[in-house]
Amino acid sequence: MALHLELRPEPSRAMLFVAPMLAIALTVATGGVLFAALGFSPLPALKVFFLSPLGDLYGISELLLKATPLAIIAVALALGFRGNVWNIGAEGQLIMGAVASGGVALALYDVSGYWVLPVVLLAGVAGGALYAGIPAFLRIRFHANEILTSLMLNYVATLFLAWLVHGPWRSPEGYNFPESRMFTDSALMPVLLEGTRLHVGALLAPVVALIAWVILSRSFLGFQIKVIGMTPAAGSYAGFGPKRVIAFTLMFGGGMAGLAGAMEICGPIGQLVPTVSPGYGYTAIIAAFLGRLHPFGILLAALLLALTYIGGDAAQISLGVPLAVTQVFQGMILFFLLACDVLIRYRVRLAARPSLGGAA
Amino acid sequence: MKMTRRTGLALVLAMATGLFGGMTAKAAEPLKVGFVYVGPIGDHGYSYQHDQGRLAVEKHFGDKVKTTYVENVAEGADAERVIRQLAAAGNDIIFTTSFGFMNPTAKVAKQFPKVKFEHATGYLRGPNLATYMARFYEGRYVAGIAAGRLTKSNKLGYIASFPIPEVVRGVNAFTLAARSVNPKAEVRVVWVNSWYDPGKEREAAEALMAQGVDVLAQHTDSAAPVQAAEEKGVWAIGQASDMSRFGPKSHLTAIVDDWSGYYIDRVQAVMDGTWKSTDTWHGFDADMVRLAPFNPATPADVKAEALSVEQQIKDHKLHPFTGPIKDQSGKEVVAAGKTVSDADLLKMNWFVEGVIGSMPK
Repeated sequence: MALHLELRPEPSRAMLFVAPMLAIALTVATGGVLFAALGFSPLPALKVFFLSPLGDLYGISELLLKATPLAIIAVALALGFRGNVWNIGAEGQLIMGAVASGGVALALYDVSGYWVLPVVLLAGVAGGALYAGIPAFLRIRFHANEILTSLMLNYVATLFLAWLVHGPWRSPEGYNFPESRMFTDSALMPVLLEGTRLHVGALLAPVVALIAWVILSRSFLGFQIKVIGMTPAAGSYAGFGPKRVIAFTLMFGGGMAGLAGAMEICGPIGQLVPTVSPGYGYTAIIAAFLGRLHPFGILLAALLLALTYIGGDAAQISLGVPLAVTQVFQGMILFFLLACDVLIRYRVRLAARPSLGGAA
Repeated sequence: MKMTRRTGLALVLAMATGLFGGMTAKAAEPLKVGFVYVGPIGDHGYSYQHDQGRLAVEKHFGDKVKTTYVENVAEGADAERVIRQLAAAGNDIIFTTSFGFMNPTAKVAKQFPKVKFEHATGYLRGPNLATYMARFYEGRYVAGIAAGRLTKSNKLGYIASFPIPEVVRGVNAFTLAARSVNPKAEVRVVWVNSWYDPGKEREAAEALMAQGVDVLAQHTDSAAPVQAAEEKGVWAIGQASDMSRFGPKSHLTAIVDDWSGYYIDRVQAVMDGTWKSTDTWHGFDADMVRLAPFNPATPADVKAEALSVEQQIKDHKLHPFTGPIKDQSGKEVVAAGKTVSDADLLKMNWFVEGVIGSMPK
């Protein structure tokens, strides 16, 4: 007797939903074993890791706060990934969004008005979108691989921001430390829940997901994205080239990453600092695939990833679990998800080995 | 038995609701002390030294304290959450050990007026927010004396992280010291724009050695420059921890951060109810900065001179930033006999004469 994989005639729709659940269950189970091996009792440890962040309103607000930039970026990136456009530069686009919006916020430092924040956020969208326009132009005009160009531009953006906060935009009251001034209230995101850091930006995540879903499933552009994603040649037979898809998906991804950057500096951070993102632009790529490139799946995936970060902090604080365990958890989720994907296209059969293979 | 069970229950309740303070009889419980580190603890470097301080607190107070740490906390939006979590978990005093934690610490301190906060290297203070840092430049000055004596090429190298006043001060102290014993010495600065990046630090070390540098100093956390120096047979000065095991032949000394004494004092002050928001900047005098033992191969006269300078600084007979001091353009910035004030040291953003390289601006 042995386990056999049998190709399904068509991908299983049920497994499309079961596979992620199975992956999470396997992660939790393996995590329990891991905790036991490290000398922690598994159940309480898992409880601290996965449930304690959800124990009170503040914890939930922090979870949503952390998931918001991940979700907004991942949803937008997924459109490109569907259409074979590989934008790996969301981190840089986020930073340039923060730079553009931070510049406007500092320029309007003495101005107050309800219109300041929208202008600041739009500047963020524009900054990110224009920055993503560089790899889009290079791809369309010179066929330069956007994976490389967008990735390399991340480093440029990081250094550009560092230069600004070390030099021209450095706070005059800040003892030459590399930070801008703190933004005034007009440029700060209104807080949704008194006493928390959750701001109105969290409401934008489902809106962006909805827009992405409408584009993908209800618009001609979405149809083009999917066709080109599946068979690039079919697009040209049908009379549309990839240019529009490349330009749109890259700049939409950049714009949303820029929005996320703007909301970080106008939200929880409140100023421009050398590090505005703990790698959201990269983690969003994982969130996009964890959510199977579907806008609503990505919302859930972003929440799950945010939970592993916050749960990891909680486990460090209340149990003394090392930080590396958090990283192992994140790795396991992705690993098991990819492994469980096999079940979508293959069926597992318990059968005697065919005689060709020799004794079972 | 009953007592501990009840306090245990109360503690759990307090943690679960995120409320703490006044609910339980404090005398029966250990004082809770939290630490936030910017990097992983590892086995050497800046965060490691803070953790050594935490362990010293545990050793000193035994079961009268319970310490908790969170490592590798990104400077940015995450820091505030972590600091707040530590406060909500009932820590009585929380040390946040990196400059980028300043504004988050100040925000959380306002929300938890009963908790004491201590922020390293910043300038924001409040009724329950103190600041502390070490005069590392004193250590760098002593290292500069030895480097100025030992160099044969008169070229010294300095691997720098970010152009913030703390780092600039270190480069200047090192340069002033080296030129005080060897006026021909020059210090070449390479910026790696990172606190910890072994790859870039090694490249910087190799680039400097290729230019003829024969003593390397660093204001970055990895041991890569010391290792690179070991291979090429030049001197290297370690950073934050004693790095001699990475370069038994090359490791001249290291500027060691020692937070133990400060952490023990501050925890004691909370226990005694005498804690106040203070601004602490100690150096050799309070053993907050130490030098690692000099390499056995160091010439005896060089070692003796360095140790004598160390003693003079410790006794406040010598201030590393005493004029005349010229800037890179040769203009006299500090007149003879004058010393640079602490306020000016804290925002130093210019190089002294003898530094080759410019501030990235």
